[in-house]
Amino acid sequence: MTTRDKRGSLDRSLVAPTREIVKLERRLFLRQGLSLGALTMLSGCDVTDADSVQKVLWSLSRWNDRVQAAIFDPNKLAPTYPESAITTPFPFNAFYAESEAPHVETAGYKLELGGLIRDKTPWTLEKLYALPQISQITRHICVEGWSAIGKWTGANFKTFLEAVGADTTAKYVGFKCADDYYTSIDMQTALHPQTQLTFKIADQVLSASYGFPLKLRVPTKLGFKNPKHIVAIFVTNDNPGGYWEDQGYNWFSGS
Amino acid sequence: MQGYKQVHPVMVRMTHWVNVFAMLIMVTSGWRIYNASPIFDFKIPRDLTLGGWLGGALQWHFAAMWILVLNGLIYLGYGIISRHFKSNFLPLTPQAVLKEFANALRGRISHELGVYNAVQRAAYVGVIAVIVVLVLSGVAIWKPVQFQELAALMGGFNGARVVHFVAMALVVAFVAIHVFMVALVPRTLLPMFTGRASTTTHGV
Repeated sequence: MTTRDKRGSLDRSLVAPTREIVKLERRLFLRQGLSLGALTMLSGCDVTDADSVQKVLWSLSRWNDRVQAAIFDPNKLAPTYPESAITTPFPFNAFYAESEAPHVETAGYKLELGGLIRDKTPWTLEKLYALPQISQITRHICVEGWSAIGKWTGANFKTFLEAVGADTTAKYVGFKCADDYYTSIDMQTALHPQTQLTFKIADQVLSASYGFPLKLRVPTKLGFKNPKHIVAIFVTNDNPGGYWEDQGYNWFSGS
Repeated sequence: MQGYKQVHPVMVRMTHWVNVFAMLIMVTSGWRIYNASPIFDFKIPRDLTLGGWLGGALQWHFAAMWILVLNGLIYLGYGIISRHFKSNFLPLTPQAVLKEFANALRGRISHELGVYNAVQRAAYVGVIAVIVVLVLSGVAIWKPVQFQELAALMGGFNGARVVHFVAMALVVAFVAIHVFMVALVPRTLLPMFTGRASTTTHGV
């Protein structure tokens, strides 16, 4: 209900800000500036004063790993798109410039296997290419916020894990890459029907920029959880972390 | 005669200030996240952002989201169960809002102790709704596969990013006006801490 000031006269301060109000405004502004400044300092490079804050943030990130694992539905598929939706050219992404992408030689390439895997015989490209191949057109979502739709072709990763006798009751699958990148994913995601050991992008064999000879396509995780130039895969119960994860990106980073 | 009136219940005051704290972290860390891949043709000045780098900003954002959401649920639950919403925000009619708004533009703001005028009611109900959209679009961006139906409602992942940004901008605009109004009527600030407003010093 609308009410009017019963006194009939206007509160002066409503129409003409007094000096006091200006002072208060300034005080509020300062207070906010200070708290924002304090927060910024806590998160800055000088961690000596902010160790405890960092610890809280890291432990909340581990809590968020567990929440995401609980939210993750192993049967929920990432949306797929028609060929017309594919982003061309597909953006290059790495922790270095495109010109620095490693050139892995086909001859002599072998995928090393380690950890809780029964048959650790390294795999040649020929043997990898002989696996049944499937394609997917899905959205690659970068932690930075941009996204791009691409078409990837390769082997179902679960099929590969079963072929080598991986212990699928273990917790993690780790990846080592030719560019010294490394990352790891949870077993649930490794066994997801869309998680793919990828050989091709846009129907072309992966170029150096896109991860030749082998990348992992994980449409249920952010882009940095999709390692390129993979040279070794291992199964473990100790979280292997990752290049970005060890610097502070959330480890699970599911989408 | 000196008298006091209880104007803000303790639950409202507590959740209000916790919300200020959480929202400050969410918005400033969100600005840093936005800067990593801006949707529009501008970046947020670095000094206004929180986190130091994208990874740090994401840690702040995904930590403070729990405070924001839990606090928000407590507030909404309290508001419904205690009938705080019903008794303070209703009735709310477009006619009353328009009339009050027109009055306000002419400098005639009705202000009765402990009673929100129609514009205030609309603003508070509106900002609550916007924060709900802000959280839901955030969930859609966070989990565009697991909650793809929610993301689809907002036009997919990219649409949800735009919704999230616009909702943030509306909250920031609300805060700017809200703080400006408090600066115009400074005696409304203390009761947000104490809950009590003096009935004798009210008005002129």
